[in-house]
Amino acid sequence: MARAAGCPFDPPPKLRELQEEAPLTKVEVFGQTAWMVTRYDDQRRLIGDPRVSSDVYKPGYPAGNRILPRQDDDTGIGFILMDDPEHARMRRMVTAPFMIKRVEAMRPQVQQIVDDLIDELLAGPKPVDLVQAFALPIPSLVICQLLGVPYEDHDFFQKNSSILLRTSASIEERTKARGNIGGYLHELMGDKLENPKDDLLSGLAERVKAGELSRKDAAGIGVLLLIAGHETTANMIALGTLALLEHPDQLAKLRDTDDPKLISSAVEELLRYLTITHQGRRRAILADIEFDGQILKAGEGLIFPNDIANRDPEMFEDPDALDITRDARRHIAFGFGVHQCLGQPLARMELQVVYGTLYRRIPTLRRAVELDEIPFKHDGGVYGVYNLPVTW
Amino acid sequence: MKVIVDQDKCVASGQCVTAAMDVFDQRDEDGIVVLLTENPPESLAADVHQAAAVCPALAIVVED
Repeated sequence: MARAAGCPFDPPPKLRELQEEAPLTKVEVFGQTAWMVTRYDDQRRLIGDPRVSSDVYKPGYPAGNRILPRQDDDTGIGFILMDDPEHARMRRMVTAPFMIKRVEAMRPQVQQIVDDLIDELLAGPKPVDLVQAFALPIPSLVICQLLGVPYEDHDFFQKNSSILLRTSASIEERTKARGNIGGYLHELMGDKLENPKDDLLSGLAERVKAGELSRKDAAGIGVLLLIAGHETTANMIALGTLALLEHPDQLAKLRDTDDPKLISSAVEELLRYLTITHQGRRRAILADIEFDGQILKAGEGLIFPNDIANRDPEMFEDPDALDITRDARRHIAFGFGVHQCLGQPLARMELQVVYGTLYRRIPTLRRAVELDEIPFKHDGGVYGVYNLPVTW
Repeated sequence: MKVIVDQDKCVASGQCVTAAMDVFDQRDEDGIVVLLTENPPESLAADVHQAAAVCPALAIVVED
């Protein structure tokens, strides 16, 4: 579905129409039919239901020919596409580093990374592309440190993960990109098995040695975390900055505060307002579900566009307004249910540091081109901007 | 007010800790929820309800 011209921050008008007129309706998508669920409450009720599956190979999963073929190579698929109990077993192997207190302990390091990059921006030429010079390096440096992936290789995995997530890339291109990253992580896992360090991948290597996890599945988890760890946060940094530049009153409130509560509130509101996971979460129905008088049948698919759920007027008053002072904490930009984003505590902390620092240190930050010259990621698995030339 | 948590359902998102850190904690080995007090004071009611509402696994029940 297309966004309206001139409204790059708003969900497609068609979704709003569905939410108002047919909040639970069958649609044709990817050459098959699936239930489109557009209300906030309905999404939360259904996505957490144990009768729905995240397994893309289950009948009815709405993906059409977008599914990559099963790969019998070096890496497992990662628990994002698995159901419990196997999903829970694997996920719990990597939850510890994302605990609130451990993420908080990383805050000074992240602040240092952000401050150093801003120093470089201020010392360098302008205009500059904020995506390449700032938005991508921050989460990339952070996730590399956490996982134990050499940051020198960032060109390689950023390029491949960007192809993998682009809906306009062919299935062959995406399969190749997936294979490239998979091979890389499989190699790296070998290194962690021989020379373990104090990082997340070495922790997984310990599990492999203990016979709790195969090397293939360990590499699969590595692929998942590496990709998820930088594309998403990078897009929130760049798109969030652009949204604020287009709402100068909101930007001013954020720039003029050092109240961590307001900064945190701004992060939640931008997550809600932008909901960059704009493709919607998807599931297959495993057993019939009676829902508000309708029967959702086993073998049918479900689509949850969380961007429109986060603009549901029943849940958020005046939902299309960006208001960093509102309480947006109940948004579902990270999804909902047992598959909710594993890295959300880290993403939140990174965004708090970025939004709390960038505009304060560069108060005259502004676009260097017109809004309509900025290429938006309409074809991205994650929404954002391909580049954002800024000056000050 | 009585709080009940289900450690089997919990997915270690930690959002209960962010919402009400005097009531919820996470265990060190895997981040799964630990209840610090079953009967928190009324002054924390709003925070506890917020914690239950944002729990993605619906692992927190609050009985008023």
